[in-house]
Formats: sequence, C-alpha cells, structure tokens
Amino acid sequence: MEDKILMAHGSGGSATGELIDEIFDKEFSNKTLDEMEDSAVVPGAGKIAMTTDSFVVTPPEFRGGDIGRLCVCGTVNDLLMRGAVPKYLTCGFILEEGLDIALLKRVVKSMAATAEEAGVKIVAGDTKVVNGNGELYINTAGVGFVPDGTDIAAGNAKVGDAIIVSGNVGDHHAAILSERMNIATDIQSDNAPLVDIVRNLIDGGIDVHTLRDVTRGGLATVLKELSGQSHKTFVIEENKIPVTKKVADFAGLLGLDPLYMGNEGKLVAIVPAEEADHALDIIRGSKYGENATIIGKVTEESGGRLIEMTGLGGERELDILQGEGLPRIC
Amino acid sequence: MDLEEVKEGLKKYDGPEMNIMEVCGSHTGSIAKNGIPGMLSDKIHLLSGPGCPVCVTPSSYVDKLLDLAKDPHNCIVTFGDLIRVPGSTKNNLSSARGEGARVEMVYSPMDTLDLAAKDPDTTFIFAAVGFETTTPVYALLVDEIVRNNIKNIKLLTAIKTMPEVIRYLMESGAPIDGFIAPGHVSVVTGTHIYEPIAQDFSIPFGVAGFKGPELLAAIYGIVREYGHGVVKNFYPSVVKEDGNPEARALIDKYFEKYDAAWRGMGQVKGSGKILREEYRYLDAGSLGLDADRKANPACCCDKVLMGKMRPYDCPLYGKVCTPMNPQGACMVSTEGSCFSYLANHRVDKSSKF
Repeated sequence: MEDKILMAHGSGGSATGELIDEIFDKEFSNKTLDEMEDSAVVPGAGKIAMTTDSFVVTPPEFRGGDIGRLCVCGTVNDLLMRGAVPKYLTCGFILEEGLDIALLKRVVKSMAATAEEAGVKIVAGDTKVVNGNGELYINTAGVGFVPDGTDIAAGNAKVGDAIIVSGNVGDHHAAILSERMNIATDIQSDNAPLVDIVRNLIDGGIDVHTLRDVTRGGLATVLKELSGQSHKTFVIEENKIPVTKKVADFAGLLGLDPLYMGNEGKLVAIVPAEEADHALDIIRGSKYGENATIIGKVTEESGGRLIEMTGLGGERELDILQGEGLPRIC
Repeated sequence: MDLEEVKEGLKKYDGPEMNIMEVCGSHTGSIAKNGIPGMLSDKIHLLSGPGCPVCVTPSSYVDKLLDLAKDPHNCIVTFGDLIRVPGSTKNNLSSARGEGARVEMVYSPMDTLDLAAKDPDTTFIFAAVGFETTTPVYALLVDEIVRNNIKNIKLLTAIKTMPEVIRYLMESGAPIDGFIAPGHVSVVTGTHIYEPIAQDFSIPFGVAGFKGPELLAAIYGIVREYGHGVVKNFYPSVVKEDGNPEARALIDKYFEKYDAAWRGMGQVKGSGKILREEYRYLDAGSLGLDADRKANPACCCDKVLMGKMRPYDCPLYGKVCTPMNPQGACMVSTEGSCFSYLANHRVDKSSKF
C-alpha cells in the first residue's frame, strides 16, 4: 500500500476497496460492519437518542489524544447527556490528497480502541478523497438507547439544585493551543468518553435533572446556555472551579480565562441539593471523574443569568463566549 | 494593611466623589474578572482609559495595512487582536484575508524572522502596535534585521507612550481624580515618569499589579491620597522607580519620539515612537497616518477612551456594535473597554459626570 492518500483512494474502485479492507475494516471489524451492506440493520429500542458531530481538530494528534479518540468521545458524550446508553456509531472520513497513511492508521486504531472503551460499535462508514494539503476530517453519528423513565434535559433544572462539574477545566484547550504555538508544557487533553460517570449516576439512583458536556466555549458558555434554557439564575463560586495550576498559569500567560476554555471529557451535572453529596461521591468514584466538584447552585427563576462570586469577594455576571475563540479545537 | 481592611475601607469610603481611571487593558480585564466595581463605595467610580493598543490606533493605520495587504508580494504579520479592527470602512484584515491577502498571526514579533527566512520572495510587514511594554521587543526585532541585514521584513508602526497621553487627558479636561498606573508599562518606564503629571494636576497615581488584591490596594492607596500629587508604587516587587534603563536604551537606539495620532483624540505631542531616520528604510510608511475616520459615525469610542462616556451609554453598544460585529475598536479587543463591559454585563453606579 502507498504512503500517502491519492485521489484514486476515493474512486470507489480497487484502491478504495484496499483502503477499507486494510485500514477501516481491519480495526472496526464486527458482524454488522463485515456484512458490507449499504446500511447497517441493528436491533432497536423504544426511545433512541441520535446525534452527529464533525471533527476538524488541528493538529490531528496532540498530547493526550488524537482526532480518532476525539470523534468517538464527542459523539458518545452527546448521547450520554440525555441519559442514553451509546450503542452504534457511523463514521464519514473526508481525506485530503497527500494524507500520510501511517497517520490515518494510527487514528483509526485509536477510534477502534476508544469505541471499545465506550462500549459502542462502529456499524457503518464512508470515505471520500478531496484535493488539499493532506489533512483529514471525520464525521461521526451516534445512536443510543434511552431507558424507560429517563428524562434528562436542560429545562429540568430546579431552583435549589446543585451544579457539579466532573473535573478540571481547560486542559484540552491548553493542550491544543500549546501544540500550535510550540509552547513547552506537558498539559494533556482530557478527551474521554464519560460512560462510566453517567451510568453510575443513573444506576446509583440519582435524580439527575440536567447533563451537558463542557466542550467549545468552556464552562461559562455551557452554564449560561443552560441557565437560559431552564429560565433560572445559576450562581457559581470562582474559588471552587477546578483548574490545575499548570492550566491556570498557561491561561494567565496568554490572557485566557479557564472558564471559557474548551474541554472534551468534562460534564456538568445538575442534581437536587439533597442528593448533591451522594452524586459527587459517585462521580469521583467513576473513571474520569476523580476531580469532580460542586461549584454552585441554581438560585432563582429569571430569564437565564450566570453569576460568579469572585475569589476576591466581588461578583460578576458572565455571558457566553464572545468573539471567535480558538478555531479547530475539535 | 491587610486585604480585609482595604476592602472595608473601599466599601465604606464617604469622602469626595472620585473618578479613577485605569490605562491598561489587562487592568480593565482584571477589574471585571474580579468583580471589583461592586466592591467599592458609591462614591468611587472606575473609568477605562486609552489602555488597549489596538483601541487607540487610528483608522488610517488600518487602511494603510489593508493597502499593503493588497500587494501579492506582501504578507502582513500581526498579533491576533488587530485582525478584526475596522479601518475607515467596514473592511479589516480578516475580510482582506477572505479576499486572498496574506495575513499571518503570530504570538511574538520574533516569529517574523522564521517566516521571512522561509520565504525570501515575500516582504513581511509586521504591524507593530503597542505601548512601552511591547516596544522593547520591536527594538529587538529591528536589531536582528539590522545586524543580519534581512531584506524582506519591514515594520508599520503605531507605537504609543503612556505619560504623554495621560497629560493630554488632564489638559483636555477629562474628569479624572486619580490614575491606576499600568504595571507592565511602568516596568519599562519606572514610576518617576508620572511624577510631573501628578504634581502639575494634584492627582494621585497608584502603580498596580494585575491580581485582585493588588488592584484593590492600589485603588485604596489612590483614594486615600485624593487631591495630592503623589505617585505610589503598589507593585514594588516588579516595578522599580527607574524602570528598566537597558530596555529604554535599546528602544532609543532604533526609535525616536514623534507626535502620534490616537483614535478619537487626534495627534498628541510626543506621544509615540517611530523608527529613527537612519533606520527609516525599514518602515513601511508609518509617518503621516493621522487621519481618523469612524467606520460608523455614531461610534463613541473617542469619548469612551477619554473617560467622558461609559461604554453602555453609547447608542450603538450591544445593539449595532457587538464583539462579532464591532463598529469601533473598543469592541474588538478583549482588552477594549466596550468588549469588557459587554462580556461581563458591567453596569456601574451613577457617575460623577
């Protein structure tokens, strides 16, 4: 097989077949996919969750992860945030001519390993080759089964509820940015599937009102959006926001606010106040949840406001991320 | 004095009403981030002055960059903040890039050296905008260019100096009773540079760091010196009375004073630096960029920069003018007054004016 992706790999002919056999099916192989039909036929459920996401991160490999792990985590986490059990993924690859095939192999291997970790099957896929500079883009779509009686949604937050974040914020953003700027640091991306946290919360009997994964735009953007969707005021405490010293220093150096930095393996959970400590224990005992913290609460009905009590003793009202943020972070 | 005493002193202050201006974008950001306005007595008002480099750059400078960007042999090199600043029309470097112009964003001016070495057929024009803080790095860049006889890097400068514009604000009747002097600028200039202004106008200066407690200490220090022409250093671990003479010597080797134009304020005597005559061959046309036309005639950036209007009192604020569609420079940069007020929903108590 060649070292680089050629236009012929997208022809639909023998080179495409070789690419699929040698790279994709080799790693993703399962009974459904191996049938090589035009669509996958799989068992269903009463209520299903569906989502789709495209991944364009640059660089495609970064400290702590790569676009392959990211594209599985992103879609799996979106399914989880409605309480669904992730079941199936599809993946569409857009490959630019000149893409290094060794890189593609590593990415596909990483996808397969992450799908295995998250308990999902990749059941359908597609590949196209376009002119370009050897980059790759991946779209994944996902289906999950929603257990009967599960109702987790942004609008469900109630006055008095506690707001929990599942771990340190800003790591993914800092990892990507430092790679692009050649800043020496060992900050790792947090990209991870949050299956364990969500399953343990639900199995543990917590009456979870809202879940949201904290991705682009960061914690403040996500909380502001949730406050608007639930028509409530959220109050958080600056001193309780979990940020590592490394990320805080990195952010300080570049004038960034960790509250607005992107993550790929963190969620916000809104739960009844009386269940908050129990929920926190469950999250901390789950994979990728060891640094979870209760950061604030839902205080009153409103049009949707997010207030931060600052460490200094003041308060500021936060909004969604203004301006451009960091492009191609996921 | 400990932090709790400072906080209590500021909350309970019942002396003459005071307008205190900060002239550093990082201070603007930190004041909002720490929620400081709400921690002060109703008699202390904070104003954001001309402390954000891109906010004070006149429209003709951006127009000149856009002109240079049209030449396919040129590549504009800049810090990110400048990319979306409008010139005298709605156009900016971002829209120019969309039309095929080459614009490179860097985090250090020294990155221009690499770009230029890799592509000798292109002229790289560094958009050198800033205050005393960034000028030493521009001097280092010029030093490299001169010593290595690099042919394909030029600078388009809009370098400003702080003491002259502070004096100009006071002379033009801005309603200011005290200044939070910029921490980073003072590292280079030293604290003594503010003393003549403090004395001439009987107003206190407090040199401040960037953390919440450092800012509170400086504000309280200024409040307690109401009406006195003194300069107090609340950032002594970093800022020295004489500043950094080596950095100033390097700047003076390559740059000289000139009457720079400020957005909304016009030319201010001696308030900028430009390449010296013997190095002017490295300049891409910075002299004479004085014209300043608003992209939107209703924009009040000029009044905001001079402390004569609060951002939210501008008729465009948050309606026509937003961070995604800025009409004036103060809404572009994250260090701009208007951006900072909008992003933090900042509404201050009634002002003294």
